[in-house]
Amino acid sequence: MSSQVPSDLLYAKSHEWARVQDGVATVGITDHAQHELTDIVFVELPAKGRQVHVGEACAVVESVKTASDIYSPVAGEVIETNPAVVNDPSLVNSAPYTNGWFFRVRLTEGAPSGLLSPADYAAQIGA
Amino acid sequence: MPVQYTSIVDEHLCVRRAAGIFDICHMGELFVAGPQASAFLNACLTNDIRKLAIGQGQYTLMCNENGGVVDDLYAYRLGDEQFLLILNASRIDVDVAWLQSRHAALAEFQSGTHLDSASDRWGAVAIQGPRSHEFIDQLFPGPSLNGTSVHRASDLKKNQVGAWTWATETIWVARTGYTGEDGFEVVAPATIIEEIWNKALADGKSADLQPCGLGARDTLRTEVCYPLYGHELDEQTTPIEAGLGFFVALDKGDFVGREVLARQKVEGVAKRSIAFRMTEKSAPPRPGYPIWAGGSVVGMTVSGTQSPSLNCGIGIGYVPPTFAEPETSIEIEIRGRRFQAVVVRKPIYRKPPVSA
Repeated sequence: MSSQVPSDLLYAKSHEWARVQDGVATVGITDHAQHELTDIVFVELPAKGRQVHVGEACAVVESVKTASDIYSPVAGEVIETNPAVVNDPSLVNSAPYTNGWFFRVRLTEGAPSGLLSPADYAAQIGA
Repeated sequence: MPVQYTSIVDEHLCVRRAAGIFDICHMGELFVAGPQASAFLNACLTNDIRKLAIGQGQYTLMCNENGGVVDDLYAYRLGDEQFLLILNASRIDVDVAWLQSRHAALAEFQSGTHLDSASDRWGAVAIQGPRSHEFIDQLFPGPSLNGTSVHRASDLKKNQVGAWTWATETIWVARTGYTGEDGFEVVAPATIIEEIWNKALADGKSADLQPCGLGARDTLRTEVCYPLYGHELDEQTTPIEAGLGFFVALDKGDFVGREVLARQKVEGVAKRSIAFRMTEKSAPPRPGYPIWAGGSVVGMTVSGTQSPSLNCGIGIGYVPPTFAEPETSIEIEIRGRRFQAVVVRKPIYRKPPVSA
């Protein structure tokens, strides 16, 4: 199946996406990632106030079969987490770019660097 | 068999509600024949093989001298002096070597027993679910030709096995399974097993049959607390510790491991298998997680998953007998945090009774 790769996002090689607006990045996992994981049954999010670095494991998604670490694609302070996805982990499967978002980070080191453009991510996953 | 064809949850629920088919060709087949076959097997396995009528199977275990489990398996009596053992894929080589060494050591049974290790030449599929019986007669038409005598495959009772022909080959169909649902396991020559798989998928369409993978196989068997070798069972664990004393016939005569198992039945065990369910929201429990009770680690999980039928975490573990009573509060340590759980009776999932 071909995965959705929205053009207004930046992507990490490890299949997280970031939507950056006014110094705040919203983070989630891509359509490709949720499809690989299949039925997600549990999501563990970082605590508000936590400082995260680029590439730092800060959340966990679990499917029936496996637990996968989520790595922050940006550096900064976690200012908000998504209660909807904790209560209903299936949102990550059904709406990975909208209602299935994980957490928001106030960027402390300027604009994110080292992330992939939509075209480069699509190439990586062969979309 | 892949982990999943579509999704583990969908495949799991399909087996509970309709029907699923599993490719179990990786499992082992060992034929044991001859006038001494029954006596030989009774000396090597824990259950009493003399209980088997022709065309009947039983769950049984193979133990070492310390009572530790070498493998758990199904034994079928196909004929008067003909038996078929179905072995776990991961234990085929160990099992065959073990039985061959017993064959060499037990002189009194040697000339009257012939072992035929046939895993490369035989395959198997498992059709499981409440709607399996709707198309099994279409898949294997007519009466059985050997084993249990029945007019049609759907007349086989639980644990019965019969022979049918497919082209010119003899195949065996047993009313057994590893999911806790009604179903049939088919053992056939490897040359034709793929045809059988394909026809089953076609015949089973009307009953919503889906192919199911390893992931669903594991969640299904965990819900009904069927052991999986390497988890609930290993060479350092006895059937008594695993709660399988029902399948150990201490009074049938001598068999490998009998002495230790008899002692355990009388004196008790140091560890016992428990089933548990999570009582608070948590990540799924998995194998190898510490079990806490009374403020310290008392044991470890050996199986665990998110139950698709019950929508909560479930699992199986080993603890000292003091913590093994149903309704005992325990905690499962998951990635450094402890979550509440409770010991429950087995099976964890029970089919809802059909309303009259």
